[in-house]
Amino acid sequence: MGLFVAGGMYYAIAPKPAEAQTTTANDVEAGRQLFLIGCASCHGQNATGIETQRGNNYGPSLIGVGAAAVDFQVATGRMPMAQTAPQAPDKPREYDEEETRQLAAYVASLSPGPAIPDGEYTDLDKASVEDIREGGELFRANCTACHNSVGAGGAMPGGKYAPSLKGTSATHIAEAMITGPQQMPVFSDDVITPEDKRNIIAYVKQVQGQPNYGGLAGGGLGPVVDGLFTWIIGIGGLVIAAIWIGAHGARVKKR
Amino acid sequence: MSSNAEYTPIEQTGVGKKAAGPVGWLDDRLGLAGVAKKNLRKVFPEHWSFMLGEIALWSFVVLLLTGVFLTFWFQPSMTEVEYHGSYLPFNGLEMSQAYKSTLDISFDVRGGLLIRQIHHWAAALFVAAMIVHMLRVFFTGAYRKPREINWLIGVGLFSLGLVEGFAGYSLPDDLLSGTGLRFVDGLIRSIPLVGSYIEFFLFGGEFPGDEIIPRLYMAHILLIPAILLGLVGAHMLLLIYHKHTQWPGPGRTEQNVVGYPMLPVYAAKAGGFFFVVFGFTAIMGALLQINPIWAYGPYNPSEVTAGSQPDWYMGFSEGLVRLMPGWETTFFNYTWSWNVFIPGVGGLTSLFVILGAWPFIEQWITGDKRDHHLLERPRNAPVRTALGVAGMTAYGVAWAAGGNDVIATQFHMDIYMLTWIFRIAFFVAPVIAFFITKRICIGLQRADANRILHGYETGVIERSPDGGFSERHAPLPAGAQFTLTAHERVPVLAAPAETDANGVAAPHSRKEKVRAWVRHRYYRDTLDKPTVEDVHHAEEHLGHLDGHPVELGDEFQGVSETGVPRVH
Repeated sequence: MGLFVAGGMYYAIAPKPAEAQTTTANDVEAGRQLFLIGCASCHGQNATGIETQRGNNYGPSLIGVGAAAVDFQVATGRMPMAQTAPQAPDKPREYDEEETRQLAAYVASLSPGPAIPDGEYTDLDKASVEDIREGGELFRANCTACHNSVGAGGAMPGGKYAPSLKGTSATHIAEAMITGPQQMPVFSDDVITPEDKRNIIAYVKQVQGQPNYGGLAGGGLGPVVDGLFTWIIGIGGLVIAAIWIGAHGARVKKR
Repeated sequence: MSSNAEYTPIEQTGVGKKAAGPVGWLDDRLGLAGVAKKNLRKVFPEHWSFMLGEIALWSFVVLLLTGVFLTFWFQPSMTEVEYHGSYLPFNGLEMSQAYKSTLDISFDVRGGLLIRQIHHWAAALFVAAMIVHMLRVFFTGAYRKPREINWLIGVGLFSLGLVEGFAGYSLPDDLLSGTGLRFVDGLIRSIPLVGSYIEFFLFGGEFPGDEIIPRLYMAHILLIPAILLGLVGAHMLLLIYHKHTQWPGPGRTEQNVVGYPMLPVYAAKAGGFFFVVFGFTAIMGALLQINPIWAYGPYNPSEVTAGSQPDWYMGFSEGLVRLMPGWETTFFNYTWSWNVFIPGVGGLTSLFVILGAWPFIEQWITGDKRDHHLLERPRNAPVRTALGVAGMTAYGVAWAAGGNDVIATQFHMDIYMLTWIFRIAFFVAPVIAFFITKRICIGLQRADANRILHGYETGVIERSPDGGFSERHAPLPAGAQFTLTAHERVPVLAAPAETDANGVAAPHSRKEKVRAWVRHRYYRDTLDKPTVEDVHHAEEHLGHLDGHPVELGDEFQGVSETGVPRVH
């Protein structure tokens, strides 16, 4: 079951998913308390962000980021950050599901923003073979340039990176596409429809779930690993074979 | 060749009697008995490092065998078709015939994926083995006269090997190989003035067009393999004509070759090694995935994937391009892409030019025009060895830079910082490597001289009357002494004459001065081997150590770590 939260004014404007969990004023208040303890030091007491003297963000404003962004950042452990870094890495989560839901309810109550994606995005079982093929085409056109053809991740300037998609849940991938965390652009539902998002996720899961045809694979890292194997296993092994052949004299010892 | 009482002439053996008829029939018509008799007994010296080129040779044979299998199913066509094979995620996808047939080989042809992977591993090994073999030849000075032409043939094989490998990498028309083709397309277009014309000529129009795969296929299966085969033949014939080089040692001179005959010894060893190489590539092809084209998808010029890399042997040129700052200038209304031209075209060209020119450069420096059939130990040519290691270091830095994105993601580093590290290292690391290698060589030369003059460490500890401990040294056996000193003395270097016999300024004196300066640098710091007088003096010194309580005797070979005397 997803953590479907939407709050505040968003409720009044956006159509609610039928199975959406309603959030109570208690959730919002509990989330605000958690926020003041764990997040406000960077994002400000009113979640409006903290500006540095040079005009940069100490922590960005969270007005309008919606529950989807909170769920993605907190549930994957990216927030709270352990230290300043070019990019927040994913790590074991600090807040459990209940606390994450409350935090999301609080942030969503501040201003309308994207809700946590529902089954429309994440019911991968409903994707047909054609859907998966289409998802693959969209994935190659929009995602592989940074995330690599099997979602193994890729390098970006300044110590930033496109993270590996291995083991990332369908909900979190969908949230990332909707909210565009960190370096990632936003792929809104107008650009890539919820169904297309589901197909992309289905393709990624299909490619990552299928067996490694052809044997032990280098984790999708491509020819760099092949070169490593060539030199260490191939040349290493054959040179040992050459030494073995060279060490054996020609004459059969009859003594 | 010595005969004894047990020796039975082959004509009188069972096999010999049966074969005499057909063999005689053949010899009457081909007359090969004379040639065969001479060459089947051809002697080759024995050392493991002489078998590195064989790895390349045998992987080439594996490539020919597996390549023939692949041609049965591969269709070199860029016609668009719809895929309906076994790989479901691509069901109904538009792709080129070339990519579809490669998918079919991988998923629908029995044994196809195995053969494809053996073919690819063998290709990666082919180039790697050529490099290892070339390094062995370089560091032992085996390219010296009379073998310069064979060295050039080797450089030609190496460069064609790269082209052949790249052509094969491009054939499946997957997203990775298309990206590689795009890289080469950029390389070609960066050539000033003629680049775009060459591009249109090769691709039959704008990139990618629909000509390039059939053309590359022709080059990959016909043109380049034929040239490679011819060059391999010439390489081997020259090897037989020159005779194989050998390590110095007792009984080994510039005039002879000490080793085993071709038949039966090397026929068995080399033939056996073929099966080892084939078996090895087969195991790699069976257990290790290489180039999973289905993971990349069909080529589309608008797409690219993170982690796009060439196969390892083109990695250094990829790296050089990644290291180069983005310099471009515009004049005469043309864009001059130095950012690609200098590292890409310039890098590849200079690698092969330097490799090809080296034997002649060294000859010019040393002025040595004699034949050499005895190998030099790397330590005894410190500057050559150090230059070789410096070159390897530059190559290695460029190579690593080609994978800077993978290094960045796997080791959580900043790719820009890595680029700067590699940029600096490309210039600094070879210099450091040069000096370290040279000093190591000289250190090893000193260790050799020490073993000759002071003998080897026996492991026997003696206690003197006043309580001091010392390890007893014993003279090296004469054979070992000979082997250690069987190289040439450092030549006496004289400054070139300023004037000739008549007091007229000598011609080319400026050129000669440069040459004398380079020659001085080439030999400087090289430790000369001990002279005969040095050795006699040392023997007297060792002989004076009388009063030893332990008589070691002639048979003594030192003691093992547990104190047990070693037996030869």
